[in-house]
Amino acid sequence: MHEMSIALSIIDAVTAKAEEEKAGKVTGIELEVGRISGVQSESLRFCLPVAAKNTVAEGADLAIRETEPAGKCEECGRRFPMDGFFARCEFCGSLDISIVSGRELLIKSITLE
Amino acid sequence: MCDTCGCSSDGGAVIYRPGDASYHVHVDNDGHGHHQHHDSEGHEHSHGRQVALEQDVLLQNNLLAERNRGYFEAKHVLAINFLSSPGSGKTTLLEKTIPQIKPHHRVSVIEGDQQTTRDAERIQALGVPVLQVNTGTGCHLDARMVNRAVMEMGLAENSLLCIENVGNLVCPALFDLGEAMKIVVISVTEGDDKPLKYPTMFVEADACILNKTDLLPYVPFDAGVCRDNALKVNRKLEWFELSAATGEGFDVWIEWLKSKLKKE
Repeated sequence: MHEMSIALSIIDAVTAKAEEEKAGKVTGIELEVGRISGVQSESLRFCLPVAAKNTVAEGADLAIRETEPAGKCEECGRRFPMDGFFARCEFCGSLDISIVSGRELLIKSITLE
Repeated sequence: MCDTCGCSSDGGAVIYRPGDASYHVHVDNDGHGHHQHHDSEGHEHSHGRQVALEQDVLLQNNLLAERNRGYFEAKHVLAINFLSSPGSGKTTLLEKTIPQIKPHHRVSVIEGDQQTTRDAERIQALGVPVLQVNTGTGCHLDARMVNRAVMEMGLAENSLLCIENVGNLVCPALFDLGEAMKIVVISVTEGDDKPLKYPTMFVEADACILNKTDLLPYVPFDAGVCRDNALKVNRKLEWFELSAATGEGFDVWIEWLKSKLKKE
């Protein structure tokens, strides 16, 4: 389960930032996770509290915003929602699609005390 | 705890050299922040303050992967990350590929598995430098493990580095190792819908090798359908069909690999 190593990376980044900001406690972590990022939000919710144990982020509230996949047609330039990794352009029928959203895996912000 | 040296590294990755029981290196996962003190006294802020980060979760891995990539480029090393489910024939593919490349280019191999040095022993029999990374409970190689293994073995100029990832079609797709390309291997005993079921891996790959084509007469697998599915997910995917066991289709793959090595 790679969500555990992802959770550890998140806690590493969060504790480093807290230290830089000279904060004693992290009370909130806000994440953005794309639906086709390859990371399950549910597993992250399970792993993060475990990864945060005995760090300044222990007990922090977790907010995860899931982003929906969207594609951009490389032929006609239009954007449209996708439900996975592949789609035919809704407008011109092209198969040359770039994924422009849905693969995010970001720490948006943290709340410090 | 490590059973060899007694150091505590539960679940941490360890690098082994086949046939050398006295050698092992722990891939240090420093900076986990788990031993940090959490001194809550003395802070008087009752309201938290929000600090924007906008940081990629895999930033640390990606930075280290870029360092690996810079090292490979400077030494003109073509690093290939081989990915697949367990049992699709990655090690056999390497066993058949390396002897054909070895007369022209130096080859080194990093083997990733949760446990054992079996794969590294098979590669060592070919007479090329190889290290085994045992990830313990980990399901993928990361840039730090590769960095450590590469520093341990050193790489020859103008060489080929084959990194055989842990057999897993899901997680390894997320972790950049610094490779020049990812090659995904599937076999005809799997399913021709695999590219649709595990798209993340196929989106990330540069090439796909369909292995065990000698078994096609015996299994309900349509190579054309599989190829179409793979190209649906990734239009730029290079496609090879071969049997590492019988050598059928191997020439095309070897020629392509040699052409990539010439560019290094």
